[in-house]
Amino acid sequence: MVNPQPATPSGSPADAVAAARAAAAAVVDPELRVVTIEELGILRDVRVESGTGRVTVTITPTYSGCPAMEVIRRDILAALAAAGYPDAEVETVLAPAWSTDWISDAGRAKLAEAGIVPPGPASGPVPLGLPRRRPPAVACPRCGATDTEELSRFGATACKALWRCTRCAEPFEYLKAI
Amino acid sequence: MTGTATTTFEQVLGLGDDALIAAQRLCEWCTRAPEMEEEVALANIALDQLGAARLLLTYAGELEGAGRDEDDLAYLRDDREFRNVLLVELPNGDFAVTMAKLLFLSAYQRLRYEQLAAGEDARLAGIAAKTVKESTYHLEHATLWTLRLGDGTEESHRRMQQAVDEIWPYTYELFDDNALRQPWLNIVEPVLAEATLTRPEDPPWAPRGGRQGLHTEHLSYLLAEMQVLHRAHPGAQW
Repeated sequence: MVNPQPATPSGSPADAVAAARAAAAAVVDPELRVVTIEELGILRDVRVESGTGRVTVTITPTYSGCPAMEVIRRDILAALAAAGYPDAEVETVLAPAWSTDWISDAGRAKLAEAGIVPPGPASGPVPLGLPRRRPPAVACPRCGATDTEELSRFGATACKALWRCTRCAEPFEYLKAI
Repeated sequence: MTGTATTTFEQVLGLGDDALIAAQRLCEWCTRAPEMEEEVALANIALDQLGAARLLLTYAGELEGAGRDEDDLAYLRDDREFRNVLLVELPNGDFAVTMAKLLFLSAYQRLRYEQLAAGEDARLAGIAAKTVKESTYHLEHATLWTLRLGDGTEESHRRMQQAVDEIWPYTYELFDDNALRQPWLNIVEPVLAEATLTRPEDPPWAPRGGRQGLHTEHLSYLLAEMQVLHRAHPGAQW
């Protein structure tokens, strides 16, 4: 865990960017509270304007209607203010579109530990024809069995599907590959 | 940007209104869906549609250049100013009707967004590259239900067929401004076939008008419910 230091006037521009980035990167996702926005791959860029010290953080939404974006924006501004960067703004970009492939290995490990099965690789363009992809083989995060079934492709949030282990009967969530 | 490929306010407005009205209709299933998992699924699909609508209406407002933002466009227009296709404003009806509408709409949106994602307008391409991924999940969901109901019991088959027959004429309007009907049939027809449903005959006449602002009365009631709070308390926040 990086502990961001407040920027000092004598710090180099590179130090300021590193410190601002560390502060923004440590913000946790409000829905998946075990991972940070950096681990999720939604933190795209952090810039510090030389001279004014104004910080611009660029993020990208997971899903276009994700209601967590507003909370994430507020949390980033609060984290930057606490790290000594009160003059900051958060901008959102759509392209390139976020993919679950951007979730880091550390993020995947933390999700799995929290009982949320991390996504498999996101496929490229989905072939046309009968629009049905087989659900992926998902192992139960509790007992490891692969005797699992998909209960619903849409879970408590748009990014998660609801699954059940047919061996230990544990219901669990799967972060959908997208 | 070259030649005739210029994106227009009306074009983006149509895409945004399709998504917005579809979202509002799907929301009506909250607390009424046949099972808890389905309720959550429909709410999530509605949320995706709302997300797409916000991005598209924001862009439409910028193209118009009259200072209208997403809220102005969603809450302060009257029915005749909406450019959505009639299909999305039709009442939810039977659950099978909702699934027929979702199947036809998501297959169309999947193709349309894919086309726009490869288009010349970078802003629209960025939005479409995002929403096409979501449409794929919506299409899968509607497909699974169509198969389950169509190839289910005698009663579910009867009602799914009835829903397909009822909604089918409204699908022609989706393709008035694009050439995607054949690719769309290539998606929808195999689903209907596997679901043991009969693909309806092409009707002699198909209802149209949404893209020109000529709607069914259903849209007016929908808008009344969607807009009443914003109009009664302009700018309200909580």
